[in-house]
Amino acid sequence: MKQYKIFVTGKQGIFDPAGETARHALDNLGYIGIENLRIDKYIQLDTSDTVTAEMVKEMCEKLLANPVIEDFLIEETVMTVAEEAAEQTKAEADE
Amino acid sequence: MSRVEDLRFGVVTFPGSNCEQDAVHALRHLGYQADYIWHQDTDLNGFDAVVLPGGFSYGDYLRCGAVARFSPVMAEVVGYAESGRPVIGICNGFQVLTEAHLLPGALIRNKGLKFLCQNVHLRVEESVCKWVDLPAGTVLDIPISHNEGNYICDEETLAGLQENAQIVLRYCEPDGSRLSGGSAPNGALDDIAGICNQRGNVFGLMPHPERVTDGVSGSKAGSVVFTAIATYAREVAGR
Repeated sequence: MKQYKIFVTGKQGIFDPAGETARHALDNLGYIGIENLRIDKYIQLDTSDTVTAEMVKEMCEKLLANPVIEDFLIEETVMTVAEEAAEQTKAEADE
Repeated sequence: MSRVEDLRFGVVTFPGSNCEQDAVHALRHLGYQADYIWHQDTDLNGFDAVVLPGGFSYGDYLRCGAVARFSPVMAEVVGYAESGRPVIGICNGFQVLTEAHLLPGALIRNKGLKFLCQNVHLRVEESVCKWVDLPAGTVLDIPISHNEGNYICDEETLAGLQENAQIVLRYCEPDGSRLSGGSAPNGALDDIAGICNQRGNVFGLMPHPERVTDGVSGSKAGSVVFTAIATYAREVAGR
């Protein structure tokens, strides 16, 4: 099993009003020194081993990100059999 | 004005579109034939122009217009547009056109974070757009209603839009002037409210001309957009 963590972020220079508003709110709470705050997107894909990083890149270019305004970063994690079993046990325990 | 009743518009309906009825009503009021095209349909034969209406296609999930772009009908709309047939995208339809790369740039969250629902003044610019046939400098009063209408593109694209006369409408003051800090209530780059492709047959705009066609809402200012295209639509259709 694989897991892809995808971070879709606004390109440099694209105004992020939501981030700016949150930054102001932190200012009001007395947290000084925060020069920039961005609110971006995190997408997680849990896939079979057949889904390659190349395919995920293509998914980002086609749909998950808009290259006109966004950049993306993909982090791939391959789970070992032991990790998968642990995950399974945890899921069953949660039920 | 030429006869319009022989022209038939198709208004695409995506799940979440909510201005398709307004568009059909406006077009019929102006004398055109107008029918709905379901997003799963793939046959655009018999339509002289296609409208992508406003709304929240696919709940605006991911990005406005991002999912609608992959609807079965959109592959046909792309081919239709590339063959020179008239296509207009209003509000969410404009967002779909940019996602489908039929128009350059993108539409992001309004600068002030507010959903804007108000009348705005729009200045007609000198452009190659087939949908607008008014002297440059004409000021139109048409409503906007959107959360993501802040047009953005890179410098190179903007220079291209300016050079090729693809900027069709700009937000302006009542007298047609523009403030130095910008007259776009949503923060749009260069006060851009509407652009077209190089050929002029594909037009995207954030304002809603279909809402001001029959006078019921106090104005008929939007009619001009739909009447101007008749001549071109007939020409392309070979009639």
